[in-house]
Amino acid sequence: MRFVDEFRDADLARALATQIAGLCEPGRKYKFMEVCGGHTHTIYKHGIEDYLPEAVSLVHGPGCPVCVLPMGRIDDAIAIAEQDDVILTSFGDMMRVPGGRGSFFDSKAAGTDIRMVYSPLDALKIARQNPDKRVVFMAIGFETTAPSTAMTVLRAKAEGLENFSIFCNHVTIIPAIKAILDSPDLRLDGFIGPGHVSTVIGCRPYHFISHTHGKPLVCAGFEPLDVLQSVYMILKQLTEGRSEVENQYSRVVPWDGNVKALQVINETMELRPYFEWRGLGFISQSALKLRDSYAAYDAEVIFDVPGVRVADPKACQCGEVLKGVIKPYECKVFGTACTPETPIGTCMVSSEGACAAYYNFGRFTRKRVMEVTSA
Amino acid sequence: MCLGIPGTIVEIDGDRPDLAKVDVSGVRRMINIGLLENEIVEPGDWILIHVGFALSKIDEEEAASAMAFLEGIGTAYEEELAALASSEIEAGFIQAGQDIEARWASEEV
Repeated sequence: MRFVDEFRDADLARALATQIAGLCEPGRKYKFMEVCGGHTHTIYKHGIEDYLPEAVSLVHGPGCPVCVLPMGRIDDAIAIAEQDDVILTSFGDMMRVPGGRGSFFDSKAAGTDIRMVYSPLDALKIARQNPDKRVVFMAIGFETTAPSTAMTVLRAKAEGLENFSIFCNHVTIIPAIKAILDSPDLRLDGFIGPGHVSTVIGCRPYHFISHTHGKPLVCAGFEPLDVLQSVYMILKQLTEGRSEVENQYSRVVPWDGNVKALQVINETMELRPYFEWRGLGFISQSALKLRDSYAAYDAEVIFDVPGVRVADPKACQCGEVLKGVIKPYECKVFGTACTPETPIGTCMVSSEGACAAYYNFGRFTRKRVMEVTSA
Repeated sequence: MCLGIPGTIVEIDGDRPDLAKVDVSGVRRMINIGLLENEIVEPGDWILIHVGFALSKIDEEEAASAMAFLEGIGTAYEEELAALASSEIEAGFIQAGQDIEARWASEEV
């Protein structure tokens, strides 16, 4: 693995850290948000914050689609699964996420037919094999998975499958970033932009962040050195009085994104007027639904869906964690009532959630964070 | 589900050029490569796979770095690999006149 060493070299990391420290203006504090859950993982796994001067802090953003899904949507999916002859299919990540009336696993144990699939194309196969059943795919994710759902719907249409539909929960990252920028709770100086989402949407949609809001954004890779280099690039922009979108991850992210992927999303889906996000509330034009021309594949059209809003458990502070207002260990139930085995909030369920990342790497308190990372 | 996992193209389906057999850490499965239609994809190429679809072509260096990241996150990657191993993506049959790809090609949308 000779290549990987280049991304993990501790000397290189220290050299970058020195350059980063050199760019910080004395007395100024910097707060950067990493939007994507994958970056949160790298940061905690490799103790990236230890390499950064005290003046620079990283806060976690809303970039985990499982974490931002409100409980009511899980209840809706279960309500669909409870109807006659339905097979609900879902990615494994969703199975343990608690809704107001329990999780998919709980519902399955109570007798519904909910199956884990790797790909929406596997759900399509189940539909082909079970012509007397109605197969619904729980579609979830940002722009990384939306093209897969779109391609699958196109395929279902091409095959003339009449017993396949999707329960669409796809969300888009840009409105969420905008909501955070507009929120008075948090003042940010720049963004570490998502990696894989940007493979699809490219770098152009972030333009308003740098130009309207004056915050630099750097699309970043997932290796420790990628993240450090991105922090360096953001700071360099700030020092030079620039505010631009830059692409540190150009080895994977094309500036224009994946044109075909955007084309299939646009063919099959359109923006909802508004959608509820856990922690962020209702955000306008932030989620996708199937276009009317694909209504035959839309579970929300085919089935009776309750659409009831369910309040988060009072003790759970996922909302504040998702907005970057508090660190996971500052939540009252973190690591005590809420653990990966018995999660209360979504941020602890999903392996990409900030709480799970903190828990799994043993960062239970601020003191413990410092102990672990300096070891 | 959010994880992009690197794999190599083993062979492309002769009848369905949007389907390819890939190798991911020794697991060989069928995936869809239709989102890469604007690029040349050949056996031996590295790709990043999301939920059964190749989303981008990458080089060997990036594949190694992506793999190192995935191995570092532990169970989530193991679960994703197990899910891939359980996947049985198959071709299916198109109904006459319903091929949207062909429609796009003809209308040049």
